[in-house]
Formats: sequence, structure tokens, C-alpha cells
Amino acid sequence: MAGGGWISRLMVAAAAGLPALLAAAALDGDPAMHDPSTIIEHEGRYYVYATGAGLPFHVSDDGWTWRRGGALMQALPGGRPGPAVLERGGNNTWAPDIVRVGDRYYLYYSAPGTQPRAAIGLLISRSLDPQSPDYHWEDAGPVVWSDGIEDSNAIDPGVFRDPTDGRLWLTYGSYFGYIRLVELDPKTGLRRYPNRKPVDIAINSEASIIIYNDGWYYLLVTHGSCCQGADSSYNIRVGRARKVTGPYLDNMGVDMLKGGGKLFAGSSGRFIGPGHFGLIDLGDGVQKFSLHYEADLDRGGVSVLDIRPLLWRDGWPVAGENLQAGEYTIESARTGTVLEMAVQGVPVGGPRARPGPPGATPAPRAPVPDQQASDVEAGWPAGTVDTRLAPAMLQAQQRWRIEPVPGAGGYLGGPWFRIRVAGTERTLAATADAELAVVPAFTGAPEQLWRIEQLTDGTWRLMPRGVPGRSEAMALSAVGSSFATLSAFDAGSDRHRWVIRKP
Amino acid sequence: MSRHTASRRDVLAGLLASLPLAPLGHAAAPATDGARPPPATLRKAGNAPARVDADGFIRRWLVLDPIGVGGRLTAPEVEAAIERWQVPWDGDALPRDGQVVELGGQRLTWHALDTLLYNLNLYHFAWSRSKPTSNVLFWTCTAVEVPTEARDVRLSIGSNAASVWWLDGQRVIALYNDRQTVIDDGVSRRLTLRPGRHVIRAAIINGGGATDFCARFLDARDRPVTGLTVGVSS
Repeated sequence: MAGGGWISRLMVAAAAGLPALLAAAALDGDPAMHDPSTIIEHEGRYYVYATGAGLPFHVSDDGWTWRRGGALMQALPGGRPGPAVLERGGNNTWAPDIVRVGDRYYLYYSAPGTQPRAAIGLLISRSLDPQSPDYHWEDAGPVVWSDGIEDSNAIDPGVFRDPTDGRLWLTYGSYFGYIRLVELDPKTGLRRYPNRKPVDIAINSEASIIIYNDGWYYLLVTHGSCCQGADSSYNIRVGRARKVTGPYLDNMGVDMLKGGGKLFAGSSGRFIGPGHFGLIDLGDGVQKFSLHYEADLDRGGVSVLDIRPLLWRDGWPVAGENLQAGEYTIESARTGTVLEMAVQGVPVGGPRARPGPPGATPAPRAPVPDQQASDVEAGWPAGTVDTRLAPAMLQAQQRWRIEPVPGAGGYLGGPWFRIRVAGTERTLAATADAELAVVPAFTGAPEQLWRIEQLTDGTWRLMPRGVPGRSEAMALSAVGSSFATLSAFDAGSDRHRWVIRKP
Repeated sequence: MSRHTASRRDVLAGLLASLPLAPLGHAAAPATDGARPPPATLRKAGNAPARVDADGFIRRWLVLDPIGVGGRLTAPEVEAAIERWQVPWDGDALPRDGQVVELGGQRLTWHALDTLLYNLNLYHFAWSRSKPTSNVLFWTCTAVEVPTEARDVRLSIGSNAASVWWLDGQRVIALYNDRQTVIDDGVSRRLTLRPGRHVIRAAIINGGGATDFCARFLDARDRPVTGLTVGVSS
């Protein structure tokens, strides 16, 4: 969004005395959309396609700030689905999904008529950038369809490429019977065995998609009602199977063909009605998922895109939460010690003698208040101070204020954060020798901006936007129990895993 | 592990007064003539060149008899103790085994030791010499020979309790407060080790109870550096 995005508007609102909503914002710019596709990266930009006239799409340069990119159908003759799709479905364009196969993108979209008569069409292009000479969408016709009588509604495509064998699959369906599965031919994007009967894998849900993890296939679907703003009961459910064709059972062993489904994401915070899961696997132990909320209460109740961490626990996917602005300790998963500014600590409540000899009943005392920086900072040196790791003692030099930096942009699904000693301007920064320091004030320099992402085990990775004089990405690392540094991220090591918790 | 509240120290002193003083491994050889048995985990350093072990730990050190210190282990108090009880250093030369230093009216002796473990047990060392083990400062030093230039390495230590470390005269690590020896507890910033000899010095201050330390180098990928020769001999 030109001239500042959603965060900027919130800052204005906060300054005007309205509740500070900054911490809860989902993405920046214009993420208003419904039924988003899987987010896909092309030549350094992120693209997402959604329901609407002509299949609108949004673009982001960094994955955090989004803008409207136009409508895909503008690139097709007549600006509408081809005649074969219209014949089997209708002239609506809903809920697309997209996958890259080789050097081409296959975009599957819903073209319903009077439901459950509907079709899913395929469009193919070598580029997603409308400015590229390769940007040309070819209408490959319908892939699957429902005749309006059968127990199926051929909308809401979800594409899945099996990482174990490379086979390509399509799930589809909505609230007129079954969620169905067909295999696709990677060479054409169309059905590999068009004469085979689709496999029924779930019932009376929609927005289905399959993902794979550690020997299991997971079918994610959306239950509940959509399209009614804050009155939508949308929620994302999951079941799992050992074979891609099912049976998909939930955590209680109930088949999704019988309505089963373990809750993956429901309404929370200021967001109502999550639906339309899409996997984003960044590698290195970082997975995220896209979704939309039927109503973002902070944006007037419109439907918006969000990106959240994807966690795994006991063999099930868990919807992580994006980091909210607040005061935290930053604890090493390797050592259990916490990051602190290297100053002499003062016990919370101040030095005091033991309350009497062992066994004596201490006299009642008033509660000891939390230690604030203002209580102890007179003893801290001015200027740049080293960092270190130490046992958590709830002391002021161990309490960090972490918050997004307005207008600084971000990365896929998250804003750049600044990390300050709570109650001060002292800011955590990367140094020219790829170590850490606490500098007197925040300047907005890349070495003071932090990418903070939740890993699949629920711990966090912290990476400075830049390290002076170095081009490689580096992450906060507990190289010792009492010393943290920056080094290349190793997904297999607890050195780079941090627990961010309220002190 | 050190404890510093008065009551804990009193309790510890009481225990030490009422129980056999030998740590595990010494109990089978009680002192009979006033002299205590040698430390089970330490040996007088040999003449053959020593190498760091398979995990990179330096096992040959010169250790000075302990110096009595008081107070707690906060940063200011540790720094004050080190400042007060500095020993004279002759450039990057190491003291000789048996060399005597006079500090605060005490005659203290340097001992070249090989430890049988990854760590050097200062409690064993001091106890076997009938020296105090609580509220003491130990000076220690060694030298490693680096065959080829090593970039982005780190000195990595663990100590019970507080300690300050120098490499070639440059202060590289400081750990304060009561603590156990944990491998790779204190770690220096990245260093470049040129080929040749490098001197490590440290001061370790103990409050009460066990006291020991360990040290090694880590490479640029945080793996132990092996293949170093330790240049101390008695």
C-alpha cells in the first residue's frame, strides 16, 4: 500500500487514543480476499489467487505487505473460462489453487454454475508476472466436474504433489456430498486416468487439500459456514492416512467420510472463521500455512489472508501463532539460559537477607513487584553493551520488548521486529564481527531488524535482516551456555532454537 | 558447586569438619602421616608432548596453589579479586613446574599437571596438597601449538565457579556468579589462531564445594578442534 500500510494506519489509530491493535495485525497492505490459493513464489515475488470476478490475485515483494495485482482472467480471450468449462460448470470463478510443475504453473479454479453443477478448470502459464513476455495463460479446459445430480460439487480444488513419488493429485468438493480425489498427469495437468472413478475421501466439507509429513498423508478441510462475515463458523479440520487414497481418520479414529476431523484452526483473537489451508514449506524446519479469515474484526470484518506458523505435535499439524508485540524472555532451547544484556544483575526486590534461620516461619511480607529497567539502570554502563546468556532470574536486563517496526516491511508472513531491553531504547543488534551487542538506540538499520519465525516444534528462530559486511543469512545461536552468537542456521541443532515466553 | 550464603557455607564447613574430606576415589587411601593422598584424577605432567583429547579438551595445565579470597562472585568482586591477586607474568612465557611465587606474604607453587579427565579438578588438586578449597582463587595456564592458521575459532570453557580467561594476553571470556562446570559454558568471540604457540591463562574463583574447569577450542562450525599439541612440560 502506497504511503504506509495497515500497520501505519494502526499506529495512527493508537496515537489517536484507540486501542493499540498493532500486535494483532495479520499481514500488511491489502490482504482482503476470500478463498486464497496456496501462496506461490515466482522470481522473488509472492502471488496468491482468490475468489472473485476474473480470479483476482494479490502480489507481495516481501511476503508481508500485499497489494492487488489485477485479475488473471484478463489474460484470457473474453476474460472468462473457456467454453468447455462453461458447458460443464458456469461463469463464476472461485477458490483457485496453484502448483508449479517444471517450468509451468498449473492453476486450477472453480467454475460453478448452479451448484452442485460445477467444473474445475485448468489454466497454464510459464510466468505469474503480468509484465513478463512469458505471461500467457492457456486454457487447458475442465479437469473434473459434477453434473448437479451426483453427490459431489466440483469446486475448491486443492493440488498435492506427493514428495515420496512425485505423483500429482487433486482433491475437490463442497457441501453437496463427497470430497473427491483424482490423480493428475504432471505433463498435462489433466486427469491421469480420466475413466477411473474418483476416490471419495471425506464428506460435507470444502477447501480440501492434502499435505504429507513423516509417513502420513493429512487431509485438511474446512467445516462450517462461510461468506457471512463475523457470522461464519468456518474452521479447519484434519484427518490422516497412511495412503494418499485414505482412509483419513481423525484423532478419535472417526473417518472423514463419516464427518470426522480434528480441529486444526478455529476462530481466535480478533479473527473469525479460518478456512482454506495452504502449505508453505520454507525448508530448514520452517513451515507456514496460508488461510483466510471470514472476518478480521480489526479491518471492519472483511475477509483477509493470513500466514501462520505450522507446527507438528504428536503426529498432528498444529496451527501456530504469529509473535505478538510484548515483553518476553528469550531462552535457549539448547542451554535453558536466557539472553541478557551483560550487566551486573540485581535480585528482584533488591538484595535482602534470608528470612530467618532454616525452619523458621517467615513473617508475612508484601508482594515483591516486578523489576523494571528504571529500578536498576542507573548501574548500567552507557553506550554499547555486550550480551550473554544467564539463568533466568526475571531481572530487567533479561526482559525484552519485541515489537514490529511500522513501515519496515517484513518477510513471508511476518514483519521486521525490533528487540529492546524492556523499558529502554537499548536495542539488540548484530555486530560487524557477526556477534551480538546491545546498542543505545534503535536506528532502523538492517542489523537491528529481526526476522522471528516459529519452527515446526514450536520454538523460534531469530535472524537479523543483515549482518554488517556479510551477505549470508545468520541466526541467533547459543554457541555456549553463557554466550550467544550469530551463525548459519542449522535446522537440526537446538543451538538455533529459542523459547520466547512471557517473563 | 559453590554456595555463598552464610548459612550454606556454615553447613558446608560443618560437613567438611565431620566427614572424611576425601572426594570419591580418595576414600580408599586415607592419610596416615599428615600428608594426603595424591589426587586420583591428576598426575604430574609428563615429558612427552601432550595433545588435546578426542573431544578437543586440553588436559595439561600449570596450576598455582590457591590464594584465599573472600566475598561473593559478582562481577565487581571477581574483578577486584583478580586485580588484587595478579601474579607476575613474563610475557608469553609459562612458569616452570615448581616455580614459587610470593603473593600477599604466601609462597605459592606452580604445578604442571595432566588430568585424566576432560576437566581439571581443582578440588582434588588443592585438597591433596592440604590447601583450602573454599573461597579461593586458582591461577592456571597452558600453551597450545597450532599447526596451521585457524580462523573463526573460539576458546570454549566451563568453570566452577567464576572465571576470567586470556588468550595471548587478550581477555576473551569472563564468567561470574556461582556456577557448575558445563562444557562450552563460556565461549569467546571468533578468533584467528596463527600457526605457532598460543598461551591461555585463567583465574578461577571458588566459593565452596567442588571446583574444576575444562577448556577447548571450537572451530567455525562449533565443532571441537583436535590435533593441537599442548606445549607444557615439567
